[in-house]
Amino acid sequence: MTQHPALTPTQPIDGTAVLGLGVHRPNVVVDNEQICRWIDSSDEWIRQRTGIVTRHRAPADVSVVDMAEAAALDALKDAGIEASQLGAIIVSTVTHPYKTPSAAAALAARLGATPAPAFDVSAACAGYCYGVAQADSLVRSGQTKYALVVGVEKLSDIIDNHERSISFLLGDGAGAVVIGPSETPGISASVWGSKGENWESVGMDSSLLRLRDALAEAQETGDASRLLDREEHLWPTLRQDGQTVFRWAVWEMAKTAKLALEKAGINPEDLSAFVPHQANMRIIDELSKQLKLPEHVLVGRDIADAGNTSAASIPLALHRLREENPEISGGLALQIGFGAGLVYGAQVVLIP
Amino acid sequence: MADKNAILAGLAEIVEEETGLETEEIQLEKSFTEDLDIDSISMMTIVVNAEEKFDVKIPDEEVKNLTTVGDAVDYIANAAG
Repeated sequence: MTQHPALTPTQPIDGTAVLGLGVHRPNVVVDNEQICRWIDSSDEWIRQRTGIVTRHRAPADVSVVDMAEAAALDALKDAGIEASQLGAIIVSTVTHPYKTPSAAAALAARLGATPAPAFDVSAACAGYCYGVAQADSLVRSGQTKYALVVGVEKLSDIIDNHERSISFLLGDGAGAVVIGPSETPGISASVWGSKGENWESVGMDSSLLRLRDALAEAQETGDASRLLDREEHLWPTLRQDGQTVFRWAVWEMAKTAKLALEKAGINPEDLSAFVPHQANMRIIDELSKQLKLPEHVLVGRDIADAGNTSAASIPLALHRLREENPEISGGLALQIGFGAGLVYGAQVVLIP
Repeated sequence: MADKNAILAGLAEIVEEETGLETEEIQLEKSFTEDLDIDSISMMTIVVNAEEKFDVKIPDEEVKNLTTVGDAVDYIANAAG
């Protein structure tokens, strides 16, 4: 065996916390009346089935990175941290329209946070909790001092307004947190995982290769009719099997949420807030019921105004709760994300 | 074979809890969607509660075949065997 000096590993620290929270809510408001111009439905039906009154969507000239930047600046200000102090930039998104380079690398440069390592996480509606789990680990291991996690989506780019399984639920937006060292642990052990057996229950209806092949075919034959046929759905958009997803999201995720509380070493009555992914008000209500939350626990219900914004929904909902109830700052929030994959993640955090 | 009357009574309680409908309205020939106006989300809640109450498994793909209350009672009776 070759002799070599012992390697120096990172020096772990005891605890981490969310130091600051920021958001960006795009300004195009899509109400149910507008939705009903696209699908045969009614304001009453949509409210009853989903609890959604409006969703916010971004204009065409506003990108995922633009929204991420706005939320990140807000979070940095809230944390009192300079971008140059960041040691990791994690962007959770499924709507950055480039396979590569990442939204995170572009964001790092915009913020002036280079050369911080920067990468995107593809975990759909669990993306924010996945990001927090990773940032917590990076900081606690001593690899990084301050990490930025952004959940950002421009879902309006990947929906078909005329389909009725999921598109009418969805909105755009961004939420960000700065995570750093803390003498008192402010982020619990994460419970996260996947269930790829249900890969097809929610996600894109086809891959971009289908569009590529149709383009090639049209160029070769001179016949563009397939490209123009709306029924072909060549631009991949989201679909879901609502019943399967609902069942998993409530009864499986209730178990995950309970496990997260157990791992954190707390009981439901210790919480100030419960912030589940804003998928559907009926899921939020049923999950809250399953968890038997005491009355004083505030429940994030941002979905009524913001719609389902995937990776952005938890920080957006937490931010709204804190705006409306400043006294929850310093209290504990249980957050749980779940979605396409299927994937899920949950942890308890001290609210900044 | 489990007692179908008992299953109907138990199922009616679950439906009442979810929808607020009177248990007397929950009859075998009633269609969940057409007669009882139960949407897909409520149906899933009813199914999961029925699984727990009767200790049976009702897979997602089976739920689509449960058109009437009677279909559900039969399925649960057979599954509980």
